[in-house]
Amino acid sequence: MIRILVDPVACDAYGYCAELLPEAITVDEWGYPIVDGKPLPPELVSAARRAARDCPRRAITLRERKSGH
Amino acid sequence: MPDAGEVLATATTETDRYRLLGHPTDLGAHIAALGPAPLPTGANRGWRDAFLALMEASGLGGRGGAGFPAAIKLAAAQGGGPGGTIVVNAMEGEPASDKDKLLLIRSPHLVLDGAQLLAAATRARRIIVCVPEGRHHVANAVRRALDERMAARCAPVPEVMVHPPDRFTAGEESALAGWVDSGRSLPSFRPDKGVALRIGRHAALVHNAETLAHVAMIARTGPAAFRNRGLAEDPGTSLVTVSGAVEHPGVVEIERGTPLIDIARRALPAGEPQALLIGGYGGAWVAPRHFATPYASLSLRAIGATAGVGIVVVLGSTACGLMESARIVTYLAGQSAGQCGPCVYGLPAIAGDLTRLARGEADAGLLGRLDRRLREVDGRGACRHPDGAVQLARSALQVFADDVAAHAAGAPCPYWNRASQFRFPVDAAAKVRP
Repeated sequence: MIRILVDPVACDAYGYCAELLPEAITVDEWGYPIVDGKPLPPELVSAARRAARDCPRRAITLRERKSGH
Repeated sequence: MPDAGEVLATATTETDRYRLLGHPTDLGAHIAALGPAPLPTGANRGWRDAFLALMEASGLGGRGGAGFPAAIKLAAAQGGGPGGTIVVNAMEGEPASDKDKLLLIRSPHLVLDGAQLLAAATRARRIIVCVPEGRHHVANAVRRALDERMAARCAPVPEVMVHPPDRFTAGEESALAGWVDSGRSLPSFRPDKGVALRIGRHAALVHNAETLAHVAMIARTGPAAFRNRGLAEDPGTSLVTVSGAVEHPGVVEIERGTPLIDIARRALPAGEPQALLIGGYGGAWVAPRHFATPYASLSLRAIGATAGVGIVVVLGSTACGLMESARIVTYLAGQSAGQCGPCVYGLPAIAGDLTRLARGEADAGLLGRLDRRLREVDGRGACRHPDGAVQLARSALQVFADDVAAHAAGAPCPYWNRASQFRFPVDAAAKVRP
């Protein structure tokens, strides 16, 4: 199971991630990403990888988690 | 678990009761009263293992806010190998807290003994005492104590004092380790808090001053005396600073599990308290129906509060809890390290909502907007600074629900422009006036 992690220190609210992955990332009123925290459905993994790669601040990482944790 | 016979033996005489306050200040008197710190002779693997077992048996939880078990932190630091740093966290950034200042002024050797014991237990090579810049009365007491220990050869591991900036978030353990390491007093993003902090290439063990004083006492009394005070699941004593609408504000030592109202009464409240703020400015309001709640982690969690740092602020009857909350969140917003968007923008927005609410200037959408902001800001900082502000604001909306309804309907609080019953550092107080 893959989880999206946002580094809030690195993030500067570019907002690319929410545009690339609106199914899992929304933004707050100031433009900072909110991750819904649910396990990422397999069909969204490639879009999530792109969101992580395209973040200008490198603030997004994908974490592999063993299920049950 | 301690031996039952041992527990009874310590319980029989009042003078033998475990306590942190009231021990001598000077090194000579300190050693005469308590004996020298029971340090090992030379490198001693058996002693280090026994010391970890002692900490485990005591059940000591950290007294700096998070309440994390001292034994688990010690085990992690021991796993980090030799050559590390013990950081004495005397930053005490909470404006309503005086306990660590008091400890370092009255019993500095107890705190420093605790640091020496942990240095021996982790094979650390230095001890760094962090007292914020400008806090001269504490720094002078520590300086005197360090000189005494040097002269008496009571500091096998070198002890030095440093002065990080005096900010609310500077005492957060990753910010403190970061400042010692690189001069940057900023909390770091640590998704896995179980990983030991590092300074340079070595392990750093950061402990609140009170926690270290307990370590030094437990090493002398054994775990039973400590566990004989407080609750089985939350043992020992705690230092609590009581302030607000009271006649005798100050620091008291209480047993874990003492009812909240009994702690407040030690400072002689002026009249019947309207509410109690527990745990600090990032803590939570507690309503009168919960005043009998035991001061213990689990009991407080059950009513949406946390023990946090030992702080009880009494809110008198002629104060507006919402206005005080607005002042507190405004203060916390100003103390943000400025790194994370949700904290930088969210806390001022929440403070503004609370202020408008207290002044009877709420627009129709305010309560819904505030609720959304509290949900969205919670848990989205690198450190827990914004979470504390959210907890404080949420508890205010619950505890002062009647006021919320009245003020939202356009009736300002009759007390909104009264002077605050809370303490704020001078420069911040100027900013938080509405």
